[in-house]
Amino acid sequence: MPPRALILHAQGSNRDLDAAQAFGLAGAQPEIVPLNELRSGNTRWSDYQLLCLPGGFAYADALGAGKLLAVDLNVYFADQVRAFVEAGKPVIAMCNGFQALVKSGILPDGRRDVGTATSTLTFNAAGHFECRWITLTPKSQTCLWTRGLTEQIYCPVAHGEGNYTVIDESLVADLQSQDQIALVYANADGSPANGVYPNNPNGSIADIAGVCNPEGNVLGLMPHPENHILPYQHPRWTRGESGQLGLTLFENGVKYAHAA
Amino acid sequence: MSGRSHTLVVQSKKSDPRNASLLIDAHALGLSRVTDIQCHDLYFIEGDLADTDLKRLAAELLSDPVAQTAEWRAADAKKVATSAEQVIETARRPGVTDSVAEQIVRAAHELGISAVQRAATGNSYHVGGRLDAGDLRTLAERLLANSVIQHFKLGSIEPIFPQTAQGSARVDIISLRKLNPDGLLALSRDRRAALDLAEMEAIQSYFRSEVRDPTDVEFEMIAQTWSEHCVHKTFRAKIEIEGRAPVNGLLKTYLVAATDAIAAPWVRSAFVDNAGIIDFDDDFEISIKVETHNHPSAIEPFGGANTGVGGVIRDVLGVSAKPIAATDVLCFGPADLDPDNLPEGVLHPRHIRSGVVAGVQDYGNKIGIPTVNGAILYDEGYTANPLVFCGCIGIAPRGLHASTRAPRPNDRVIVLGGRTGSDGLRGATFSSMTMDAQTGEVAGASVQIGDPITEKGLIEVITRARDLGLYHAITDCGAGGLSSAVGEMASNLGADIELTQVRLKYPGLAPWEIWLSEAQERMVLAVPDSALAQLQSLCDTYNVELTNIGHFVDTGRLKVRYNNQVALDLANTFLHDGIPQRRMTAVIEQRPTTPAPQPSAFAGKSHDDTLLGLLATPNVASKSDVIRIYDHEILGGTVVKPLTGVLNDGPSDACVIKPIGTKGSRGIVISNGINPELGKSDTYAMAINVVDEAMRNAVAVGADPDRIAILDNFCWGDPTRPETLGSLVEAVRGCHDAAVHFGAPFISGKDSLNNEYLGADGERHAIPPTLLISALGIIEDVAKAVTMDLKAVGNAMYLVGSIAPIANAKLPAADLYRCLHRAMQLGFVRASHDLSEGGLAVAAAEMCIGGRLGLTLGVSEGDPFTETNGCLLVEVLPEHADQFEQTLADQPHQRVGVVADSNRLEIAVDNRTFISVPIDQLVTAWNTNF
Repeated sequence: MPPRALILHAQGSNRDLDAAQAFGLAGAQPEIVPLNELRSGNTRWSDYQLLCLPGGFAYADALGAGKLLAVDLNVYFADQVRAFVEAGKPVIAMCNGFQALVKSGILPDGRRDVGTATSTLTFNAAGHFECRWITLTPKSQTCLWTRGLTEQIYCPVAHGEGNYTVIDESLVADLQSQDQIALVYANADGSPANGVYPNNPNGSIADIAGVCNPEGNVLGLMPHPENHILPYQHPRWTRGESGQLGLTLFENGVKYAHAA
Repeated sequence: MSGRSHTLVVQSKKSDPRNASLLIDAHALGLSRVTDIQCHDLYFIEGDLADTDLKRLAAELLSDPVAQTAEWRAADAKKVATSAEQVIETARRPGVTDSVAEQIVRAAHELGISAVQRAATGNSYHVGGRLDAGDLRTLAERLLANSVIQHFKLGSIEPIFPQTAQGSARVDIISLRKLNPDGLLALSRDRRAALDLAEMEAIQSYFRSEVRDPTDVEFEMIAQTWSEHCVHKTFRAKIEIEGRAPVNGLLKTYLVAATDAIAAPWVRSAFVDNAGIIDFDDDFEISIKVETHNHPSAIEPFGGANTGVGGVIRDVLGVSAKPIAATDVLCFGPADLDPDNLPEGVLHPRHIRSGVVAGVQDYGNKIGIPTVNGAILYDEGYTANPLVFCGCIGIAPRGLHASTRAPRPNDRVIVLGGRTGSDGLRGATFSSMTMDAQTGEVAGASVQIGDPITEKGLIEVITRARDLGLYHAITDCGAGGLSSAVGEMASNLGADIELTQVRLKYPGLAPWEIWLSEAQERMVLAVPDSALAQLQSLCDTYNVELTNIGHFVDTGRLKVRYNNQVALDLANTFLHDGIPQRRMTAVIEQRPTTPAPQPSAFAGKSHDDTLLGLLATPNVASKSDVIRIYDHEILGGTVVKPLTGVLNDGPSDACVIKPIGTKGSRGIVISNGINPELGKSDTYAMAINVVDEAMRNAVAVGADPDRIAILDNFCWGDPTRPETLGSLVEAVRGCHDAAVHFGAPFISGKDSLNNEYLGADGERHAIPPTLLISALGIIEDVAKAVTMDLKAVGNAMYLVGSIAPIANAKLPAADLYRCLHRAMQLGFVRASHDLSEGGLAVAAAEMCIGGRLGLTLGVSEGDPFTETNGCLLVEVLPEHADQFEQTLADQPHQRVGVVADSNRLEIAVDNRTFISVPIDQLVTAWNTNF
């Protein structure tokens, strides 16, 4: 039986199909579930082995990207999400999903931060939304999604509020020491982007593109690995270029869920 | 409603990213003494809130404590700022959609702060520099506040909350039967109905036969139904032409005739539905529609473009298709126009551009559709009348729409989506009139702001309802609102409607306003009673409102009640067929016999400088800064992206999409053609040129030339001027000739006439005649798509086609594109790029930029800058050269050079160096910003 992946569809989620396609290819059974189905109890969190919060503009990003979805997570689903996370099940949140997990305090450390977020994803340093392809270096061996990945990932970003910012810069050292920096923006040759636009597309501190919780089962990231899962999605496939698929990330998560 | 009002000021801890671009805009708009603008957000909350509530609202909802500070303004802070403080504050006018405000109330209640009653939003700007009150006012008017939707104050602004509208529940009778011709015309003018005397007399005669006068609801509905926007009077008119046979309907005579003559078996629907439909594969059909939203974008650029995108997405939804891609073509006045030379009441092109682009971005990105193709053009003729073309492509199970076209008697009339307000009243007639300096004020009510998340909900519900077979017919609420949507659906049947059932944003709308409102994000469905419960449950799942406003009846009459009053009772035959055919006169100016010499801004310059100058002109230069603020990757199917090449920055000719969820390797190709410059001298030649451009752009990336459908969008001036109408007739004739020549049927189209602006000084500003052709093609195997960037040193370069200056209105043989397509299918083509503005030289330069590789080209004669129809520059592997030439044996082609290891573009004419420029200079010139 392939593990079941719950793809949470809030009002305004819009990369749910993309995420479902990635999970399908990676060997899971994806199911896009509207938030109201979970609220009404028609669908139960515990029936799923994986959770994905896809990209989009939940509630139109009113009051800040991911903010109102974060309110939903904390008001309606606090217990269910905590149970899912503490059970060690793989959770991945891309873009808007990442914004919601950070603003709800579930990332980078839900045990510490729920209700009082210590980091945020704020407006891109360039001041506008941007869709462009970037290179990611997987870092964390704690994170079950990036563990063992040696190849870089090439995939698009498409966001206006992806600038990872912390309330106190010492928190970056904490993230580093706990191996929570899962993915960083890099130059094409693999060297660090060092905060330089456009390879670091949004001004994130320490080139942070994705972070995980200390336990490593919850990953949030701004880029869209789900949009590079097939060779023809590569921007230069007509030049014979290929590889660096984002699919590897999903395969890692699905493999883990399978084994669990 | 009562309760104290509270104002929260939220500001970034670090510099707000909006500040930098505001300062650049302020300088560009002539306010050079501004040294700094700090933007803060304002939230106005009404309710009897305890201090703990306020604290929670600020920390948990309205600010991001990590990146922002938030402070409640003291109640006594309603002072006028001193001139030293230089504060400008803005807030929305009452009645203007503010979805953030709605979310604040909802989420506050979710957090248990139930005392929040109403909310509103605004901005506060702290301006640096030595400025007086007049300067601040200018800054506010030109940049920070658009008076159509916002008001501003120097100093602290008072919160204004959404209010109730001022209408009455009364249906008024209009005494029309006794009016003389002058009185009829005065009535048309007073109600901004845009009806002429013949039309007014037709209405009069109908009501005389009904032995009563019309209600205001009836009159307003007839005006919308008979507007140019809705019935395309000019395109259906009988046109007398000096020295030629009359034309009985441009649409029928030329456009429908071309489609009928081509008789392509893969066309599923042309001209009759909300969108044109063609076959995709055995499982799916694809649909496309391109609309304009010019008038609204002129007065409120963000909202105008925003709802333009929303509107065309609903068109595609109106054929039960799932929207999968968006296109947008934008025409603006020059970005560097001297602000002091602006006609009165006109926004600066920079202001219009940034608003329009932001409006497209906001809707497309939020609803989750990739914006994959488009163009941006600048011309002084667009200063007072910007053009905003919004296109949408959709996909649906094959044949499904054909079965959901006809409501049945007793089906419920169901409205899905947003609520109805006074936004967007009389939009159809508004867009059918010439604008003047007062239009912004008068038409304030025509402005709509979109809500893409509500429309996203409609997509979720309708695609599922479609698959479950829950409705018999569907249409979108566009211009004319419910009157138009229900009127159209009931045109072969009849309907009984109860207006009090319509859900309103706020109370107090008059019956005619409810019936006519163009409030966004609404669809109308014909739903059998048996399916209603299932549809309701779908709506509940996706937070979509469902309203049952009546039912279809087999009476041939449309009847609308407001409680016990009959507000409207009209025969379908009169409403839909009663409009007299317009008779118009056209004068066709002789087409120039010898092409006018191409005007050159580069006279006296070297060829190298001319090339660099062309690359840096706004119409040619890179549009990457706009392309990249649109999400063009979502849905994961963008196989040929808008930007391509070794550094992802070369300009693609067209885009290729492999729709998510389809089997096999088939894809969709989307391209366009537009050339208003040529329209200034010869609209027939323009039509030939832009149909060809759309075709060759599509073929350049790999579309099968025998599977391309096209759409027309005509944006013209006032057609009652015979010369203007003559130029339109010639363009439509050109469309017909080019479409038939290529076997590319028209499947949909739209005209936007009266793109004129009457200045306060009495001067008329008309746009250049503008024709956009959009192409929707099929590529059998996306793996055979071709991009425009040079691939490898040593490859052979071919010029395919023979140079045919665009003014000559000559087309290449249709077989040229077929042969090139065959060469692509056989894998011989490594890159291809069409010759357009700037001819061979610019095409070659762009290919160099895409591949960051040099080119050495030589031609025997001619001017490499010549703008031509029917030519492409093609890169071929040396080992495929012979086979490539054989494939094109019967078509003009010549080997013109080689991809070189030189880092230069070199073009020789008759063995003499014509151009020799390093690639980095090409790149720099092409990346000029405006």
